Amino acid sequence: MSYSTLSLFWGGLTGHRHWRPAWREPAPKAEYDAIVIGGGGHGLATAYYLAKLHGITRVAVIEKGWLGGGNTGRNTTVIRSNYFHPESAALYDLAVRLYEGLSVELNYNVMFSQRGMLVAAHSEAEMELAARQLNAMRLNGVDSELLSRRQVRKRIPLLNLDGRYPIEGGVWQGRAGTGRHDAVAWGYARATDRLGVDLLQQTEVTGFLIEGGRCTGVETSRGTIRAGVVGAAVAGHSSVLAGLGGYALPITSYALQAFVTEPLKPCLDCVVLAPAHGTYVSQSDKGGLVFGGGLDRIPSYAQRGTMPVQEQVIAGLCDMFPSFAKVKLLRHWGGIVDVTPDSSPIIGPSGLPGLYLNCGWGTGGFKAIPAGGWLLAHLMATGAHHEISRPFDLDRFVTGRLIDEGAAAWIAH
Amino acid sequence: MQRFDCPFCGPRPETEFHFAAEAGKTRPVRDCSDADWAAYLHMVRNAKGAVCEIWVHRPCREMFVMERDSATMEVQGSTALRGAP
Ligand SMILES: Cc1cc2nc3c(=O)[nH]c(=O)nc-3n(C[C@H](O)[C@H](O)[C@H](O)COP(=O)(O)OP(=O)(O)OC[C@H]3O[C@@H](n4cnc5c(N)ncnc54)[C@H](O)[C@@H]3O)c2cc1C
Ligand SMILES: [Zn+2]
Repeated sequence: MSYSTLSLFWGGLTGHRHWRPAWREPAPKAEYDAIVIGGGGHGLATAYYLAKLHGITRVAVIEKGWLGGGNTGRNTTVIRSNYFHPESAALYDLAVRLYEGLSVELNYNVMFSQRGMLVAAHSEAEMELAARQLNAMRLNGVDSELLSRRQVRKRIPLLNLDGRYPIEGGVWQGRAGTGRHDAVAWGYARATDRLGVDLLQQTEVTGFLIEGGRCTGVETSRGTIRAGVVGAAVAGHSSVLAGLGGYALPITSYALQAFVTEPLKPCLDCVVLAPAHGTYVSQSDKGGLVFGGGLDRIPSYAQRGTMPVQEQVIAGLCDMFPSFAKVKLLRHWGGIVDVTPDSSPIIGPSGLPGLYLNCGWGTGGFKAIPAGGWLLAHLMATGAHHEISRPFDLDRFVTGRLIDEGAAAWIAH
Repeated sequence: MQRFDCPFCGPRPETEFHFAAEAGKTRPVRDCSDADWAAYLHMVRNAKGAVCEIWVHRPCREMFVMERDSATMEVQGSTALRGAP
């Protein structure tokens, strides 16, 4: 069933009895041409592009919980490409461009809203760094503007420019914005299912089938499944899989927290990040203020956050927007993110032949889902890197060609 | 707020501590391969469950070994690094 205004209208006239489950619940087959481990956005997008672009449809996505129940369903949905290095710009801007057409591509409204994002600068020196950032972005072909204090005040009237960390201006990316996180997972899931891919939920990968030194399938909680090629996109649990497969990763798992308030009338029409606090905020279409901040600095698989970071993030929000201080918090939660030494992702062979990786997105991989899936699918289908994923290979930790966005683009970890 | 044990100062709030590294890595010999050096610099076990790590208590600046569980966040104990085997 294709979703359209007409089908919705027709459904309205016929008691909405036309709705069907958006995907099947198939039983695992004994063998597939390709298996993708992890039913988050990256895993689902990988399966979609394998089927759509490479014609490989005998594919299974294996998810231990439910689709989009990992970080994809826990993130604060900021989509942007305001990075510094050309390699990152190519990667994240590919994602933004794919997001721009995604609702039509998937026949599913992912609610990508390019409402713009401000990264504040807190001093004259930071304004100079902001100018450097902006020039780097423009050289990389990514839109950006430098806003003065006056322009910031005009654009975001509620923002307090004279708080604990004064705001002198900032970098504005107009094409940045937010999306609907669940819709991205569900949209890819539905479109992938329609191409014949099996989405296996409640199925945990517990080991790799290794024959002649090559990965030829996976052991799961529902039996052994063989595959021509395997890809893994399991975010915070990447090191657990590495332990099972006998390869090593430079990844540390940390909890990252997010918060949402009770719904308010529309009052904030862009995304704002104040690096001095680490706090960033946007208003969802339902009206809730969705906000977050930096990592909990204790390596963790606990999927819940620590109190001191909560306090810091909330204090930051109250300083940035004193008018939000009395708003009630509705929910807060944590996800386990996969942090690399250079704050850039890992896309490439794992070290175990036949197994490819898409991981290390840390606190910022929602924005990259279409590109991450596109690139992992390319690797799995062709056995070779796409030119955009090449710099993100694991071998950069041996050659020393790190892509240090932590230092370059003020990533908060 | 969780409290960790500094072997020198006793139980203190988590905000006073800094995670330094996983314990148990040995620096390779000087003319090792690039891959061995990279493994030493960057690769980690990042285990889910029992972990053994080096932490710093910032007020007293001492480094020590902490054993804890990375899934339950329970702490088993801390021992001073000096004199450790
Ligand atoms: C609080 C928070 C806020 C964030 N905010 C943003 C943001 O604003 N913008 C942004 O771009 N990014 C953000 N991120 C990061 C972003 O959410 C992630 O980088 C991204 O969602 C990763 O997608 P994924 O598909 O790789 O991982 P996930 O969505 O985590 O999917 C991995 C899946 O693998 C499954 N899995 C794990 N082990 C196994 C196994 N052994 N067998 C089978 N399945 C397994 C898990 O159950 C999970 O569903 C945020 C993250 C958090 C936690
Ligand atoms: Zn101490």
